[in-house]
Amino acid sequence: MSTTTVKTPPPVDGAPAGTAPAGKGPRRGERSRAGALTSHGILSVASLIALFPIAWLIYLSLGPDKDDYLHPGGILGKMTFDNYTFVLQHTPFFDWLWSTLVVSLGTTVIGVLVAATTGYAVSRMRFPGYKKFMWVLLVTQMFPVAVLMVPMYEILSELQLIDNYFGLILVYCSTAVPYCAWLLKGYFDTIPFEIDEAGRVDGLSPFGTFARLILPLAKPGLAVAAFYSFITAFGEVAFASTFMLSDTKYTFAVGLQSFVSEHDAQRNLMAATAVLVAIPVSAFFYLVQKNLVTGLTAGGTKG
Amino acid sequence: MTVVIDRATGKRRGDRAPRPGPLQRMKRSYQKYWYAYAMTAPVVVVLGVLVLYPLLRGIYLTFTDATSLNSARTIGVNHIDATYEFIGLDNYADILWGPTAYDRFWSHFIWTIVWTALCVLLHYVIGLGLALLLNQKLKGRTFYRLILVLPWAVPTFVTVFGWRFMLADGGIINSMLDAVHLPSPLWLEDTFWQRTAAIMVNTWCGVPFMMVSLLGGLQSIDPVLYEAAEMDGANAWQRFRNVTLPGLQSVSSTVVLLGVIWTFNQFAIIFLLFGDTAPDAQILVTWAYYLGFGQQPRDYAQSAAYGVLLLSILIVFTSVYRRWLARNEQQLAI
Repeated sequence: MSTTTVKTPPPVDGAPAGTAPAGKGPRRGERSRAGALTSHGILSVASLIALFPIAWLIYLSLGPDKDDYLHPGGILGKMTFDNYTFVLQHTPFFDWLWSTLVVSLGTTVIGVLVAATTGYAVSRMRFPGYKKFMWVLLVTQMFPVAVLMVPMYEILSELQLIDNYFGLILVYCSTAVPYCAWLLKGYFDTIPFEIDEAGRVDGLSPFGTFARLILPLAKPGLAVAAFYSFITAFGEVAFASTFMLSDTKYTFAVGLQSFVSEHDAQRNLMAATAVLVAIPVSAFFYLVQKNLVTGLTAGGTKG
Repeated sequence: MTVVIDRATGKRRGDRAPRPGPLQRMKRSYQKYWYAYAMTAPVVVVLGVLVLYPLLRGIYLTFTDATSLNSARTIGVNHIDATYEFIGLDNYADILWGPTAYDRFWSHFIWTIVWTALCVLLHYVIGLGLALLLNQKLKGRTFYRLILVLPWAVPTFVTVFGWRFMLADGGIINSMLDAVHLPSPLWLEDTFWQRTAAIMVNTWCGVPFMMVSLLGGLQSIDPVLYEAAEMDGANAWQRFRNVTLPGLQSVSSTVVLLGVIWTFNQFAIIFLLFGDTAPDAQILVTWAYYLGFGQQPRDYAQSAAYGVLLLSILIVFTSVYRRWLARNEQQLAI
């Protein structure tokens, strides 16, 4: 199984990188100090670049005034959590939280449930039409928002589903379902086929094999697919900005934009809300990221 | 891969009896694969209802002159029926070679290509570099990796606002540039700098995905190959060139394709970074959105036509890419 997690040290002991000069001797893993130093240097700079914009956002969110971002030095003297208390008490923050959760979780549940059997079928069986089907799954990932937005808007307005959670969930499922099927196929591919065969020999039907043998083994894959659907729905901007009209039904991606309008730019509040949104999602990301990496590359490294 | 799968179904190409009639074949294929069809049915149904139907409807709309003024709509209790008309291929003709077609379509088209190529190149090169660094025995490797995936962990719509604060005139980036006496460009107002800023932010957002995928690819390369190469006296560059890169081929071709598709369709970054203020920095996707939903009256037909054009470009690209891979005897990891 190619489910090496990243935390375990890689099997590669020698330095494959062009940056570290090769120790020619039999002792692998030994390299010149300069090489290691360069690596540390580059990685530190890269880490700083990765970290800074987020750290800066957090720092700015502590400044009480909406123009403080122009005078960052001034924030040091008057740091306060006022923005956070204001956001939690006087903005529709919790409404947005509710909408975001409803829409994202709805998408996740439907996406994974619908896609699971399909991922298994395309992983194990080469039925006629298989290639075309995989092609369709690939093509649906390529749909630019612009393709479906206009007709979806029309259809949903006819069905009175504009400004409705369910309407948005349906829209998100159009990308989440094929994506999950694709991702799950990659994960099912890593489960040895012998397990299926054993199940079949013991008299299980294909559905039985799937439900009783494969599904329990595929929990990490399902988690990754679920997480992915959740994150995609959570961060989607275009459809949410267009299809959700009343400000209590905004998802965070839309709500955050509403702080900056033509009349007023409450940047301090915006920064505070952004931080509040980012913390739980990022924490969750780090919790599942080990599986995430495995699931993502499972399809790729099989080769 | 195919060998294993063949074993699972016992089916192999070119290994069949003479073809029976079509009806018989359908019946047989049904008997043999009915469970496969049953298992794929949910996705097929969902795709049919949620993707195919809207797509067909969208394609129909591109042949009409639908705008928000003549579409079916409900104002209060009054329902007004749609009055748009069928105008054939006029929308496409107008977009591609109508008056001012360069300003409306081709300039955005060129910028979209540049944007996609530059971003994917930067993603891949930086991602591969960092993955190689992280694939060594190094103190604090895990720590670095955790920080480096941060741009991926935080939702894009959050980080883009962080960047907006930093790039604003008088924001931290220009203050720092001023401090070292470098010119401080108007990142969010001047077209060239808008484009630079967009590429910068997108690169920052997209590198972690490449890095993590390529790191996974690197770790799956058999260490024996490196040992063998070392025995044969290959230096670091030769090992990279002849062991690492071929070993990464399958992962690379997949992530590059995904990267191209995602970057080409990248909506959130440009939309949130500039809003309506940067007509020249809009890539085709955001421009199509602007036509359909960002202006009054909303031009549904043209927006949908842009969408169809975009999708065609991507499909053509993907087909060519896959054919090119097939010719080089590579395979996508799908």
